[in-house]
Amino acid sequence: MKSFDYVIKDEVGIHARPAGLLGKKCKEFASTVTIAKGDKEAGATKLMALMGLGVKCGDTVTVKVEGDDEEACAEAIKAFLEENL
Amino acid sequence: MITYNGKGVYGAIAIGHVSVYKRQDAAVTRIEITDKEAELKRVEDAKAKATEQLQAIYDKALKEVGEENAAIFEVHMMMLEDDDYNDSIKNIIEAESVNAEYAVSITSDNFSEMFAAMDDSYFQARAADIKDISNRLIACLSNNDSGSTSSDEKVIICADDLAPSETVSLDKEKVLAFVTAFGSSNSHTAILARNMNIPAIIGVGEEFLKSIKDGDFAIVDGFTGEVFVDPDEDTLAKLTKKQQDDIAKKKLLQDLKGKENITLDGKKIDIFANIGSVDNIGAVLLNDAGGIGLFRSEFLYLENDDYPTEEQQFEAYKKVLESMAGKKVIIRTLDIGADKQVGYFNLDKEENPAMGIRAIRICLTRQDIFRTQLRALYRASVYGHLGIMFPMITSVSEVKKIMEICDSVRADMRVQDIPFAENVEHGIMIETPAAAIISDQLAPLVNFFSVGTNDLTQYTLACDRQNPKIEPFVDTHHEAILRLIKMAAENAHKHGAWIGICGELGADTTLTETFLRMGIDELSVSPSFVLKVRDQVRKLDLSK
Repeated sequence: MKSFDYVIKDEVGIHARPAGLLGKKCKEFASTVTIAKGDKEAGATKLMALMGLGVKCGDTVTVKVEGDDEEACAEAIKAFLEENL
Repeated sequence: MITYNGKGVYGAIAIGHVSVYKRQDAAVTRIEITDKEAELKRVEDAKAKATEQLQAIYDKALKEVGEENAAIFEVHMMMLEDDDYNDSIKNIIEAESVNAEYAVSITSDNFSEMFAAMDDSYFQARAADIKDISNRLIACLSNNDSGSTSSDEKVIICADDLAPSETVSLDKEKVLAFVTAFGSSNSHTAILARNMNIPAIIGVGEEFLKSIKDGDFAIVDGFTGEVFVDPDEDTLAKLTKKQQDDIAKKKLLQDLKGKENITLDGKKIDIFANIGSVDNIGAVLLNDAGGIGLFRSEFLYLENDDYPTEEQQFEAYKKVLESMAGKKVIIRTLDIGADKQVGYFNLDKEENPAMGIRAIRICLTRQDIFRTQLRALYRASVYGHLGIMFPMITSVSEVKKIMEICDSVRADMRVQDIPFAENVEHGIMIETPAAAIISDQLAPLVNFFSVGTNDLTQYTLACDRQNPKIEPFVDTHHEAILRLIKMAAENAHKHGAWIGICGELGADTTLTETFLRMGIDELSVSPSFVLKVRDQVRKLDLSK
C-alpha cells in the first residue's frame, strides 16, 4: 500500500467538479484509492461520500492507494491533486 | 386564445414560453410493487434518459455560456453515476418493494440532508444539486418531463406566489416575466421585477394556474395587466408592435442620461436608486442614478443559511460603496420580520407580524446581530460616502438607544485602531404614523429622514400590504399620507436634516410636483424609474 498526505490549496476545498474528475482518474487504475480527513474516509470514486468529507482549503488529507498498479496510480493522483486541488 | 387579467407591476411587454415554477419537493406517492426487477429496469432507463438530457444541456451551455458555467451539468451527470446514490435507490426498492419514484425521493432526502447539515456553505448548497438531479430522475420516471427546468431559453415564470427567498434564488438571466396567481403589488416578486426591468403581473387568479402548462406560448402585457395564452395572430402582431414602441420609448428616456434633475424654474432634486443586492449596481449606473437612497441589507440575510459574518457584510458594503465612487449610498440596517422571514433567526410565529418583532425591534432585542452589522458598515465607510438608515422607528427613546449603540461600536473600533469615516450620516425611516407625528423631536437626533411609503401607507390606512383583497381600499394618494410626509419634511428642514422618499410613491410621477413643493430633497426609486422621474422633474415649473 502507498500512502501520502496532501494539503488542499483550492479555495472551495474538494468541490464537486474536481471530486468527480478525481473519481474518473482513479477508475483508470486497478488500485483502490481512499481519501481520509481526520477519522473519516471515503472511496475516491464515490463522489458524494468524498464531498461528504467536507474538505476545505488548508485541510490535510491522507491518500491511500492499494492494488497492483499502486505505484503508478499514486503518482497520477499526486499529479492530479497538484494540478486541480 | 385565453386572456387572464391581473395587476401589472412594471410596464413592459414579454413574449415567450411559459415555465411553471415547481417547488423543490414535488410530492411522490409510495406504491407497493411486486416486480422488483422491472422497477430496477425503470430506474436504469430513467437514468439513461436523464443523462442524455443533461448531456444535451451541457453541450448547449458549453457553447453559450462557456465551460465554467456549464461545469455544473457535468457534475450532475457524475452525481447520477454515484455508487452510493444508486445503491441507496436499489436497496430501497429491494428491501421495501416500493416504486422507483419513491425510492429516488427518499434517497434524495437522505443525501440532501447530509449536505444541508454540513458546516460549510458551499457543501450545504450541494443539497440543491441532489434535489435537482433527483427531481429530473423522478420526472424521467414519470415521463412528464418537459426538460424546461434547466432550459436556457428565457421564460415567463408562472407561480401561485413566490416567497422572497424563492425569488432570490431564481436565475434572473432566464426570466422574461413573472406571472403569479396571488400576491400583491408590494410583494417581493413585484419589487424584484421592477428592479430587473421586466414585466410582472400579479393576482391573475387560481384558474390561470390550473390551466397553464410548461411550454405554453404567452404574451405578458405589464401595462394593462393582461396575459394572453396561445394568442391569435392579431393580438401577437398588436403586442409585438407595442413591445417595439415601448423599447423605442425607453431608449429615448436613456437620452436623459447625464442631464440634471432640475425643474424649468431651476429647482433641483436628487434622484437616487433603491437596490436589494450588489448585483443591481449595474442597473443603478446604467440608469444614471445620483446615488443609492436605499440598499436593502436584508438580502444578505435571506441568501444565507446562517447569520452573515462581519466579513461577508463588509465585502458587500465595500463593493457597493466602491462601485458608486463617492456618490452617496444609504444602507438600511436589517429589516426582516413581517413578510420577510429568515429560518435561522428562529422568530416566534406571530398573530400580527407586521406589528410584531421586526426590523429595528429585532436589532434592539438582539444587539449582537445589530453590532455585527454596524461594525461591517463602519469598516466599509472609508470606501465611499455612507449613510446608515434605521427602519421601523416609532419613538425618540429608540433613536437615542440606537445612537448610543452606534457610539459604542465606533468607540470599540477606535480602541482597536480600525479606521472608519467621520462623515457617515445617520438617518431613520419615516414609515410609521408615530414617527411622522413626532418628527419634530426625531429630526434633531439624525442627519436625514427617508419616508418608506409602503409601510407608512399600510400603517396609516390600516391596510395589510400582503393582502391582495385589500388593494381596492388602498388609496396611495390619501390625504393623510401626504400630510404626514409634509409634516416630516417641514420638521426635518427646521432642524437641518434632509428628507427623501424611498417607497414606491417616490416613483409615482403624478406626485413628483407635490413632493417638490413640499421641499423633498431626494427621491429614491427603482433604477428603471430614475430617468422617468427625471423626465417629469424637467417638465415641471413650480413658479406657476
